[in-house]
Amino acid sequence: MSKAPLREWMASRVGARSIGIATVAALIGLVELAIRAGIVNRFIVPLPSEIIVAIPRIIVEENVLHRFWQTAQELLWASLLLAGAGIPLGALLHRFRIVRLACETWVGALASAPIVLMYPLFLVIFGRSATTIVMIGFAAGLAPVILKTLEGLSGTRQVLLNVGRSFKLTNSQQFWKILLPAALPAVFVGLKLGLIFAMINIVGVEFLINFGGLGQLINELAERYDLPGTYGAICFVILTSIVFFDTTERLERFLRPGE
Amino acid sequence: MVDESVRSPAAATDAASSRGAQLLDVERVSKRFVTSEGVITAVEDVSFSIAPGEFVSIIGPSGCGKSTLFNIVGGLVGDYEGRVTVAGDVVRGTHAAIGMVFQEESTFPWRTVVENVAFPLEVVGMAKDARLERAEHFVAMVGLRGFERRFPTELSGGMRQRVALARTLASEPRILLMDEPFAALDEQTRLLLGDRVLQIQQTLKQTTLLITHNLTEAVQLSDRVLVMTYRPGRLKRLVDIHLPHPRDSEVVSSDAFGRYVAEIWHDLREEASRGIRDDESRVLEGRAKR
Ligand SMILES: Nc1ncnc2c1ncn2[C@@H]1O[C@H](COP(=O)(O)OP(=O)(O)OP(=O)(O)O)[C@@H](O)[C@H]1O
Ligand SMILES: [Mg+2]
Repeated sequence: MSKAPLREWMASRVGARSIGIATVAALIGLVELAIRAGIVNRFIVPLPSEIIVAIPRIIVEENVLHRFWQTAQELLWASLLLAGAGIPLGALLHRFRIVRLACETWVGALASAPIVLMYPLFLVIFGRSATTIVMIGFAAGLAPVILKTLEGLSGTRQVLLNVGRSFKLTNSQQFWKILLPAALPAVFVGLKLGLIFAMINIVGVEFLINFGGLGQLINELAERYDLPGTYGAICFVILTSIVFFDTTERLERFLRPGE
Repeated sequence: MVDESVRSPAAATDAASSRGAQLLDVERVSKRFVTSEGVITAVEDVSFSIAPGEFVSIIGPSGCGKSTLFNIVGGLVGDYEGRVTVAGDVVRGTHAAIGMVFQEESTFPWRTVVENVAFPLEVVGMAKDARLERAEHFVAMVGLRGFERRFPTELSGGMRQRVALARTLASEPRILLMDEPFAALDEQTRLLLGDRVLQIQQTLKQTTLLITHNLTEAVQLSDRVLVMTYRPGRLKRLVDIHLPHPRDSEVVSSDAFGRYVAEIWHDLREEASRGIRDDESRVLEGRAKR
């Protein structure tokens, strides 16, 4: 009898979040136990409790909040570029069959290209600056945004387009009022994938070129063999992703209600 | 009584032209599709007309070319022989005077009920308050008052079809064109929605062309039923339905209703059996080829 309210709570948003957090906490607890029991080598993985203790230290001594802000800004610019260029490019591929036939395959190939290895080229073009990092993140995330936008637009049900035609919509109304809203779920899948690719590459390049942000800090801390500090910094990378993911999802619910 | 009202298509066309001002005229329309199996004549030499305020149904077996005809009249398919005119105006492409309700689910899932219904008004640039108010009127007309702010995913299939109907009505078309709008619904819902449609039709004096493969629905709603043949899709019979107005779903239990259904079924049966035989032989042929 007391099961029903419990199930309801578990299905609610607060309930789902709490369960998510509890699961993560339990996993961290398990790792802690495994290390203390000697199952996991503590010189490879530091104790979670040590990482938690290290976080205030890296905030004070390593200025981690400032670095978090730098990386977040780079990711923000990369995402804006991704949306601003990727969605129109996807729409272009959808609109012109010939462009699609010409480009779809190599855009797909681009998705699997290890663009981060081209960082010297980006350094030559943009210098050792935040711009380089943003551009690499952007380039790495572009393909999924284009491809998913194209997929969403092409997947719009014919009957919805016919409704538009029967109400005599202009081409631009047909795009803004039917095609794009219908494609939005797929577009957002593309944006989230693009965001992940961009994030990995941004932190990677910061690490590689030793410039700005969390990637550089991880590099420095790792070289000092400050393992709890390194893992603490990685926690902030994850935090950045969470913030961006959450914002994207809110934006999606705002733009495309009703699901 | 039924026999008197059954006429040959040619006689009916004559009668129609003598009746004077027709709102919709379909003249000698044919449509062929070229497919890998050869040329399919989906619609052949179909002519009929509808007077203002009339409710006409086209009934025919599955695959006889009903949707093709729907798309031609609605202007979604070009490239056919013959002519379709609305109040003397030749239809080329979609036409503002014709409102279409589709067979498939066609509400916009990202819009609330009232926003869906306001869609055609938004497209022509009506101010937000005005169009929402207008849309609410049509939402109420299809019996969905109280559901204005709901999204289609929260509604049943029948309710969503009513939203689609209200959306088309909101554009105030001179002719309402519907392609099996209730085909996916259960019989009870269909009968009750039929009542709704009759009520609306009587209030708005809405000229309506309904495409259906459901006998009960055709007889329940129509002033006139056109029976189509299977391959090629021609008009076989026109049956005038002299059931009293205003009608509701109670009419299905009357004797006269039963006679109309029997009469139309007599014609339809032949065509439907041909359709089924055709399907079967195609399956067998396919197997022989392999
Ligand atoms: N675009 C097309 N290309 C080729 N053949 C088509 C096309 N559209 C329809 N047909 C063929 O034309 C015939 C009539 O199709 P249509 O969809 O008009 O039938 P229908 O009466 O609406 O059937 P249903 O009751 O199943 O909806 C069918 O044999 C179909 O295979
Ligand atoms: Mg059909």
